[in-house]
Amino acid sequence: MVQAVTSAVARVARIRQDYPQIADAIGGASLWVLFGVLLVVSVIDARQYLVTGIIVGSIIALGAIGITLIYGVLKFAHFAHGDMMMFGAYVALFALVGGGRIGPLSFGWGMIFAIFVAMAVLGVGSIAIDRVVYRPLRQRGSSSVVLAIASLGVAIVLRAIMLLWWGPDQQLYVSGIHPAREFPFDIKLKPDHIFIVATALVLMALVYLLLFRTKMGKAMRAMSDNADLARVAGIDTELVFMWTWVIGGALAAVAGILLGIQSNLKPELGFILLLPLFASAILGGLGSPQGALVGAMIVGISQEVVVGIDLPFPPFGVPGYKPAVAFGILILILLVRPRGLFGRT
Amino acid sequence: MDKGRVITFLAVSAITAGVVGISANDAQSLGGFISFLTVFITTVAIFAIFALGLNVQWGYTGIFNFGIVAFFMVGAYTSALLTKEPSSSQYVRYVGGLNLAEGLGPLGLDGLTGFVLGALAAAVVSGLVAFLIAIPALRLREDYLAIATIGVAEVFRRIAIEEEGLVNGTRGLTGIPRPLHDLVSPPDYKYVYLAIAVVILFLIFIAIERSARSPWGRVLKAIREDELTTAASGKNIFSFRTQAFVLGAMIMGIGGAVYSANQGAIVPDTFSHFFGTFIIWAMLMVGGSGSNRGAILGAYVVWGFWTVTGLVQPHLPEALEARTSYIRDLLIGLLIIVVLLLRPNGLMGEERRVSLFMRRETNREARRVGAPTRSPEE
Repeated sequence: MVQAVTSAVARVARIRQDYPQIADAIGGASLWVLFGVLLVVSVIDARQYLVTGIIVGSIIALGAIGITLIYGVLKFAHFAHGDMMMFGAYVALFALVGGGRIGPLSFGWGMIFAIFVAMAVLGVGSIAIDRVVYRPLRQRGSSSVVLAIASLGVAIVLRAIMLLWWGPDQQLYVSGIHPAREFPFDIKLKPDHIFIVATALVLMALVYLLLFRTKMGKAMRAMSDNADLARVAGIDTELVFMWTWVIGGALAAVAGILLGIQSNLKPELGFILLLPLFASAILGGLGSPQGALVGAMIVGISQEVVVGIDLPFPPFGVPGYKPAVAFGILILILLVRPRGLFGRT
Repeated sequence: MDKGRVITFLAVSAITAGVVGISANDAQSLGGFISFLTVFITTVAIFAIFALGLNVQWGYTGIFNFGIVAFFMVGAYTSALLTKEPSSSQYVRYVGGLNLAEGLGPLGLDGLTGFVLGALAAAVVSGLVAFLIAIPALRLREDYLAIATIGVAEVFRRIAIEEEGLVNGTRGLTGIPRPLHDLVSPPDYKYVYLAIAVVILFLIFIAIERSARSPWGRVLKAIREDELTTAASGKNIFSFRTQAFVLGAMIMGIGGAVYSANQGAIVPDTFSHFFGTFIIWAMLMVGGSGSNRGAILGAYVVWGFWTVTGLVQPHLPEALEARTSYIRDLLIGLLIIVVLLLRPNGLMGEERRVSLFMRRETNREARRVGAPTRSPEE
C-alpha cells in the first residue's frame, strides 16, 4: 500500500519533470477550476462573505502590487512591506485632524488629507531607507537573500517605532457604531466599504496608466524583464529604483489606511500581513502587477468564504484560520504551478 | 591585533561588565547575584541552540528561515506532551500525556530518560515538519521558503489557539516535568538545569562542528557559494539543501524541548515572532554567519545586551521606563542592519578551516594563499 503510493508520487514527479509544459498547463487549469468552483459556491451560498472578500482583496492588492513591483525591479523579496502598510496607517492616524463626515462615510475630509500625508511620508521614507540600507548593499553586489534579510531588519525597526509611538493596543480612526445598509441579494455593506473598493480601483487605474502609458513605466517594465538589457539601453537604473520605491511605498500606505478603516490598527499585524501579500503576488506570478491584482482577489475571497462556509472540519467556519487559507493557497501554487497564474516561466 | 578582534573583545567585555556590574549592584545578596547569573547563562545556552540550528541552515547552506518560531514551538509542545502526565481534569484538554517523565519506573532516572526521549521526539517531529515544507518550497527560490516558514509559524500558532483539545488552547500547558528534579532542593534546581542546558549545547556544537568539516559539510558550503558548479559535480542540490534544512530544524526542535522544561509552562503567546525568530537572527548576524562559535558568542552578546537594557530600565526616568522594551526592539532591528552594512562577517567571521584531516596551520595557510570559502554576505 505504502509502496504503491510512493511509487505513484514518484511517477507523477517524473512525468512533471519530463513534460514541464503539460504539467504547467494542467496545474494552471486545475487552479482556475478550483477557484471557479469556490466563486460559484460563494455566489450561491455565501454572498456576504464574497463581498467582504472583494473588499479585503482590493486592500491586499494594493500591497501585493508593491511587492511584485519591488521584486521585479529590485529583484528581492521585500519583507518590510507588511510593516510599511501598518506604518502608513499609523502616519494617517497621526495626521488625522478634525472630525466631520463626508456624506454617509464615517470620516471627514481630514482623512483624505491624512491619506495624502501618509502617501507622501511613505513614498519619501522608502527612498530614504533605500539610500541608507539597500543601496550600499546593492553597490557591494550583495545577493538578493542579503537584501531580504536587511528588509527583515527594516521591518523590525518600523514595528518598534510604531510600538514606541502608538503603543501595542489596537486603535481605531473613528470610534462609534456605523450601521451597515441593506443591498439587493441579502448583502449588507457600510458606505466605508464602497469607499475602500473605489479608492483601490482608482489607485490601480493610476498604476496601470503609469506603467503602460509613461516612459518611466516602460523603463520599470524593461528593468523587470531584463535588468542588464535595460541598463545597456541607457535606462537610469537608480531613477527607476527611486520611482519603484515611491509607488510601492505610497500604495502600501493607502493599503494600510484602508485596512485600518475596514478593521483596526495594530503594530503586530504588519508581519502577519506578509503571508496574504506574498501569497497573492506569487499566485499572480511575481513581477506581474495584473497578476498580483487577480491573486489578491482570489486570496481575499478564499480567506473570507472558506471561514464563512460552515463545514464541520477546519479550516471551515473558524475565523482564526484566515492565515491558514492564505498559506494553503501558497503551498498549492508552489506545488502545481510555481510560476504563478500569469508569471513568466 | 586586527580591528575585528578589538571590536569583538570590546563588545564581549562591555556586555560582561554590564551584566555582572549592574546585577551585582541590584542583588541583595551573593546568592541572589549568583542565581541571576545562572538564569542568564541558561537562557543564553538555550538561545545558542537555536542560533546553531539557524547557522546550519543559513550560515552553511544559505537557506533562509523566517519561521524559526515554528520549529521552536513544535519542539516545545512535542516534548511537553510526551513527558507530561495525561490530563485529569475536564477543563484541561490536550492530546498525548504519555507521562514519560514519571511513568518509566526505575528506568526513568528521575525524569532524565523521559526528557531525553522527549527532546529526541521533538527533533524528529520538527525535522518532519521541515521536510514537508521543503518539498514544495525548497526546490524553488530561497525567498519562497522564507514566506512558507512565516506561514507555518502563523498557522501553527492559530492551530494551538483554535483546536482547544490539542494543546489546551490559549491557557497552555503547565507543570511540564523537569529532569533530575529530586537531585537538589527546588531553589537550587536552576544549577542542575544550567548544567543540562550547557551539556546539550556542547553536544550539538561538537556534532555540527564535525559535520561541517566532513565531506557533507563541504558540499553544503559549495552549494552556498556556487550552486551550478556543485550541481555539475554531480551533487543533488535539492537533497543536500533539504538535509541541511531538516537538520537545522531538528536542532531548533531540541532547543524548544530544552526551553519548555526550563520554563515549566508554555502558552501559544510564548512563541512570538520577536523572541522566536527576530532575536535569533540578530544573534547569528552579530556573532557571524557560518561560524558555530560565532553563533554562541552572538547569543551571549545579544542576550547580554537585552539583559543589561532590562536591568537599566528601573533606574530610568518614568517617561522612558515604560517604553524601554520597544527601544530594545528597535535596537535589535538596527543591529541586524548595521552588521549587514558594516561588518557582514559579524564578530567572529567564518572559520576558514577546510577539513578535519588538515591541521590548523595548514588551514591558515589555505586562507592566506586563497581562501576557499567566502561568507554568505560577500
